[in-house]
Amino acid sequence: MTSIAEKVVAGDIRTVARLIRDIDDGIPEVRKVLKELYPHTGRAYVIGITGSPGVGKSTLVDQMVAHLRKRGKTVGVLAVDPTSPFSGGAILGDRVRMQRHSMDPGVFIRSMATRGHFGGLTQSTRSAIDVLDAMGKDYIIVETVGVGQDEVDVVRSAHTTVIVVIPGMGDDIQAIKAGILEVGDIFLINKADREGSDKTLSDLRLMIEMDQKKYEHGGWKPPILKVEAVFDKGIDEFLEAVDQHEAYLARTEGGLDFRGNREKVRQELKEMVKARLWEEVLDRLTESGEFDNAVESIVSGRADPYTACEDLVLPALSR
Amino acid sequence: MKQKRRVRVMVAKPGLDGHDRGARIIARAYRDAGFEVVYTGLHQTPEEIVEAAIQEDVDMIGLSSLAGAHNYLFPAVVQLLRERGADDIVVCGGGIIPEDDIDKLKTAGVQEVFTPGTPLDKIVQWVEQNVTPR
Repeated sequence: MTSIAEKVVAGDIRTVARLIRDIDDGIPEVRKVLKELYPHTGRAYVIGITGSPGVGKSTLVDQMVAHLRKRGKTVGVLAVDPTSPFSGGAILGDRVRMQRHSMDPGVFIRSMATRGHFGGLTQSTRSAIDVLDAMGKDYIIVETVGVGQDEVDVVRSAHTTVIVVIPGMGDDIQAIKAGILEVGDIFLINKADREGSDKTLSDLRLMIEMDQKKYEHGGWKPPILKVEAVFDKGIDEFLEAVDQHEAYLARTEGGLDFRGNREKVRQELKEMVKARLWEEVLDRLTESGEFDNAVESIVSGRADPYTACEDLVLPALSR
Repeated sequence: MKQKRRVRVMVAKPGLDGHDRGARIIARAYRDAGFEVVYTGLHQTPEEIVEAAIQEDVDMIGLSSLAGAHNYLFPAVVQLLRERGADDIVVCGGGIIPEDDIDKLKTAGVQEVFTPGTPLDKIVQWVEQNVTPR
């Protein structure tokens, strides 16, 4: 093993922090380290938290960390915030709600920006999960704004995916219905002291009941729970639901052990191949100037984008 | 995988000072300059700031203080970074800082101090010139 991998497994904070930076910055050398870390992963329980901005995800994560620490568990947190499409910069503010845990050696918190880079959010966040897993964290919590395919994919690499909503967001539930309703293992209505929480509860219940057929055959039926994260209300019950979901996964083949799950492995490998192909091909075309030439030929009206794309991709692959 | 290193900075509010509008404006300016900005929120101890900066692997910490305790808090952050072997992280500061204190802070290892009225462009430019993403 390289000294980097050894230090990660030994739980060295600075090394872990720098490795995640290298993953994010797309440094090719990290691949070697990740290969070495792989045998040390697959132990952590991964929880994905997703929901619209302002529903209280960070506050919820902060309470989860506190409760899991009381149980004597170590926790890693990956808090993902969007990159500005204009400047490429980002303000990562999730940490504000979790700073009380910063001095706790059993907790590692890292903010990540979506960046929209090679391989996408999915790939770098997944690798970051592996790093926290290899450093020995019992639980890894991944927090993302659940919009966009990439972010839904991220939560798909979680054992338990939690969708957070707040009362009065009727239209929002409509929005998640099509997108991420299917991926939710637990639904939380946060800020449940607010008006309309019963209405939100019945709306959600209706949508979940519509999938009744799935549950009749022993499938997991997502519970809907009310919480008030800021007042630390309902968090114990929520974590019990996570435990129950874990127990359900343990009874399901390949439920807990993703690397023994053909479907998960297939999905993951596909993502990796996609990212790597994109990287290699685009790198080559950018370096050779072919990409820019193709752009020019489309702009000047000499070529249509379909032909240009074909002329770029097919030769690049056969080389 | 040819991605450029992106500058990561932390904007932190040490001590009991409860005003963070300035810090938020700076954070916004950094974002618009293409940096990733981790904001810690109010009332941080130097220990909390340093620990967070290490976990976040930032290239720079920008400390904001409007409450007069900068002579203790800023050097404390620098000192803790040294103790943790993380003194490659640049520390700069800003806020209501009397002229007379600036040299003392610089001697203590704070690399630059920005006082009220400094144009945002100048602050961003300073980071671009003095902070190299590792």
